[in-house]
Formats: sequence, structure tokens, C-alpha cells
Amino acid sequence: MNMSKIVRSAANLLFPFILVFGFYIVLHGHLTPGGGFQGGAVIATGFVLMFVAYSYDFITGCIGAESLHTTETIGLLLFIVTALVALGFGVTFFTNWMLDVGPVLNNPVAYGPNPGDLNTAGFIPVMNLAVGIEVLGALSVIVLYMLSGTKEEI
Amino acid sequence: MKNLVIGATVLILSLGILYAGVGLEFGAPPFTDMDDYFVSHGQEQTGGNNIVTDIVFDFRGFDTLGEATVLFTAVLGAGLAFRKRREDEDYEYE
Repeated sequence: MNMSKIVRSAANLLFPFILVFGFYIVLHGHLTPGGGFQGGAVIATGFVLMFVAYSYDFITGCIGAESLHTTETIGLLLFIVTALVALGFGVTFFTNWMLDVGPVLNNPVAYGPNPGDLNTAGFIPVMNLAVGIEVLGALSVIVLYMLSGTKEEI
Repeated sequence: MKNLVIGATVLILSLGILYAGVGLEFGAPPFTDMDDYFVSHGQEQTGGNNIVTDIVFDFRGFDTLGEATVLFTAVLGAGLAFRKRREDEDYEYE
């Protein structure tokens, strides 16, 4: 059952800002405090806010547990595949292979405290994104499952 | 009487743990070789400014892989617990 119009309006207003803040934490994971797991948890908080504000039927009509579960699986697969690609370059599993290949994410980093550059750190930003996608899918789908459990009672 | 014995045991145990915890030194670990290595080489070896992320995703990638797998398994377990039950399915429900 929907919550009141005030709650729904506030949730609609806050949702995009929570998404932007979460993706900021994920994408700047190699520069600032935070990372994939924390940013994914923040994004999942935004989804949970929408789950709470709207009815279960409305939410499952919009996203559904299957798509969230697929999101989580895609994140885990991206993580493992990024680590596996290192084998193709003749180095071991989980080696930071992007540091040896091409200009992407490969600017030299200054030693010591510095303002930071997004285009650094090899595959660490990719891993952050993968873990962020996975955590966002996993935490929201768990809440959605629990919501479906309460639906039978009411 | 039984409650008194249990309470005394809990009290003595917690006091002992507290005493052991207070007695530990904090802030000056005896072995810092690993920490010093990460702090002084992490930036140049991984290119990331955030040493914590460097350790989590590069130096200890396998640890993060296990963590991601644990999260995946947790979601599978939650999906199993909250699955749609058939009408004739036999389960205990309180």
C-alpha cells in the first residue's frame, strides 16, 4: 500500500540525488574515501526508499526482482571477467593489467598527497564499478524479497 | 541460586575480558613492515591515490572476490527463504 503523498513526493525528490551521490562515491573510489561497496550501499538505500514509499505491486510492476538479480549477476561477472582478462596478457590472475595497456585509465600518478586524477589507477575504477553494480543489485533485491514476505500476511 | 551462579560467572568472565582488553597496547604495533610497504609503494604500483582501495582491489583482490561471492550467496539464500511457495508444499510455518 502506498504511503502518503508527502512521503512519495519527498522520495521522488531525494531519489536522483541519492543516485548521483552513490555513483560519485563509486566512480571516485580510487581517489577519495569510499569505493564500490560503500557507493553501492548508498544507491541501494535510494532504491529501498522507493520500495518503502510505494506499494509492493507498483514496485514490482516497475522493476521486479528478476532484473535486480540480473544486475547483481552482471556486476559479479564483470568483476571476474576483468580479473580474468589479465591471463590474456601473460600475467597472473588479478594483476592490474590496464597499467601496461593503452592510455585508458593510465595517467602517471604523482607520489604523495595530490588532488588526484580520475584517469588513473588501471582496472581499479572498473572493479569499483563492478562491485558497486553488484552491491546495489544485491542489497535492494534482499529488501524486495523481504517485502514480498510481508505481503502475504497483509 | 542458579541465576546467581550464572550472573557471577558472566560478571567474572566479562571482568577478565575487560582486564585483558585494557592491558593491550594500542597505537604502536611491533611489526609494521607490511603497512610501511603499502603506504610507501601503493601509489606508484597501482596508480590509485586511495590506499585502502588499492589494497582492497589490487593487493588483495582475492579477498574482494570472496566478499562478492559471499554477497551473491546471501542473495541466493534470501531468495530461497522468500520464494513463492506452492499450495501443496509441505513446510512448517509459525
